[in-house]
Amino acid sequence: MSHLPILPILLPFVAAALMLLLRPATHRAVGLGSTVLGLLAAIALVASAATGDNAVYALGNWPAPYGIVLVVDRTAAMMVLLVFALALPALLMASAGIDALGRHFHPLFQLQLAGLSGAFLTGDLFNLFVFFEILLLASYALLFHGGGPTRARAGMHYVVLNLFGSAVFLISIAFLYGTLGTLNLADIAQLLPAVPPENQALVRTTFAILAAVFLLKAAVLPMAFWLPHVYSAASAPVGVLFAILTKVGIVALLRLSVLGFGDAPATQGLLLPWLPVLALATIFVGTAGVFAARRLATLAANLVLVSTGTLLFAVAFATPAATTALLFYMPHSIFVTGGLFLLAGLIAERRGVLGDALVRGPCVGNRALIATAFAVLAVAVSGMPPLSGFIGKLALLQAVAADGWQVAWWLALLGSGLAVTLVLARSAALLFWQPLDPLPRMAFATGPALALGMLVAASPLLAIAAAPLATHAEAASAQLHARAPYIDAVLQGRTIDRERRP
Amino acid sequence: MELLLSLSIGLVFGCGVYLLLRPRSFSVVLGLTLISYAVNILIFMGGRIDRRVPPLSLPGAAGLADPLPQALVLTAIVIGFGMTAYLVAMALRQLGESGSDAVDHPAPDNPERSD
Repeated sequence: MSHLPILPILLPFVAAALMLLLRPATHRAVGLGSTVLGLLAAIALVASAATGDNAVYALGNWPAPYGIVLVVDRTAAMMVLLVFALALPALLMASAGIDALGRHFHPLFQLQLAGLSGAFLTGDLFNLFVFFEILLLASYALLFHGGGPTRARAGMHYVVLNLFGSAVFLISIAFLYGTLGTLNLADIAQLLPAVPPENQALVRTTFAILAAVFLLKAAVLPMAFWLPHVYSAASAPVGVLFAILTKVGIVALLRLSVLGFGDAPATQGLLLPWLPVLALATIFVGTAGVFAARRLATLAANLVLVSTGTLLFAVAFATPAATTALLFYMPHSIFVTGGLFLLAGLIAERRGVLGDALVRGPCVGNRALIATAFAVLAVAVSGMPPLSGFIGKLALLQAVAADGWQVAWWLALLGSGLAVTLVLARSAALLFWQPLDPLPRMAFATGPALALGMLVAASPLLAIAAAPLATHAEAASAQLHARAPYIDAVLQGRTIDRERRP
Repeated sequence: MELLLSLSIGLVFGCGVYLLLRPRSFSVVLGLTLISYAVNILIFMGGRIDRRVPPLSLPGAAGLADPLPQALVLTAIVIGFGMTAYLVAMALRQLGESGSDAVDHPAPDNPERSD
């Protein structure tokens, strides 16, 4: 058994623990080293997952379903790669000085990475809860980084909301264990079709609660109002990393719905028709929020909402074609919103008291560079050709063509794209084309320049590599939807001696 | 026994939700604590209530109580405890920074304000 699957979790964990022993001056180097190593491990993971096997790593060699397992399939490997690929620019940006605004930035950052990788890799619901808590606890502290009353207020709401969410998560875990007697995802998938009739209502309720928890973490409409508030309060590098945080909920829901929801009698049609409606409403609210935003970071946060709605609409139908389009759109959505958070931070640094507020003022210094970056990100995020947003949205429009939803789906996606284009054009005018004298140029430190370069280059690169990415997304989706190999790989045909429950 | 436990869990959870919705951070912390108590007992009940099976392996006992919910609840308690401690620290810091323990007090008027 190769130890590769545990590396993306273990590396940041060890780095975080190590930093507590070392002098703060070494934190940057250790953090960067661990993130680069994690990136290499994630690349190796993607390469090993490309064979199409579900690699199962049993911790301490305890067999599933009793032991804890990590399962690497194409989807999980891709998400881990995205975590580290996004973390590197975030860390480069932070290392230019933002990390020194408070203590322990780097250990917390590493713990956040460990939690994120774990949440994507785990094959067990309780372990998913634990990794959720790790990443949330790190995110509470990271959100607070830099201090100030705005962050204190946003942070308090975020913490309380997520603690309540965790309590509800535990409730569903308790019910699930009480009814099915297992928390292993493969075991659940195996048991779901055969739930006895007297338990079906309870199992259905359980999964509804579980879906609600994931939707809270993903920020879908009735539970979405915290997100713009919280994400816009975070400092720029933290905002960049947060761009992938909501995706944990989306991927968890996708995995669950593909593994069990679809056709088991107890959970049939659980997400329909309300999830598509909520997803469309989230797109609408996010778009309205984009119009109302007074700061670039708030605008970016509302764009996260729009992308959440877009991805969840595809999750709701959970057909292989929809999943393919979703997995294709995911990297684009993460990098572009992350890039906007980074840009908002860079602009705020250069405008003094005005910050990233969308008001008339002198033009930003280094206009050529920053305005070009803004233009690339704006074209990508609004879904205009020729960048990755266009291809991703096209794939989504074609794939999610279920009966009756087509008109609403096309209207929502194209309408929000148009609205976002309008707002971004207006913002660009406010930030870059003002008659007032431009602000003095400010030298770019290497770290932020590199970070900006990476995030801005992501969208054109994703567009150029669209064909291999689409092939990969299709293979990942096929693997995710093929349930039997997953169950076989995790349980290895073991007969599980279950106690008869009273 | 099941009915009594279910009702108590519901009652504690309900009180927790009520406190969670109060405007002061202290009640919110208490509310979350109550909710986590209710949830912990619920997890414990996931292993079924049975007076005939002891939690420890005793000579002459017919079987053994399901050990997994006990492990789960232990983890949940530890995590819940850590989170509550963090929340208290955070509430204190907020009190220090803004001079108010109101959870939802309006943000001060500064250029960072967005909504």
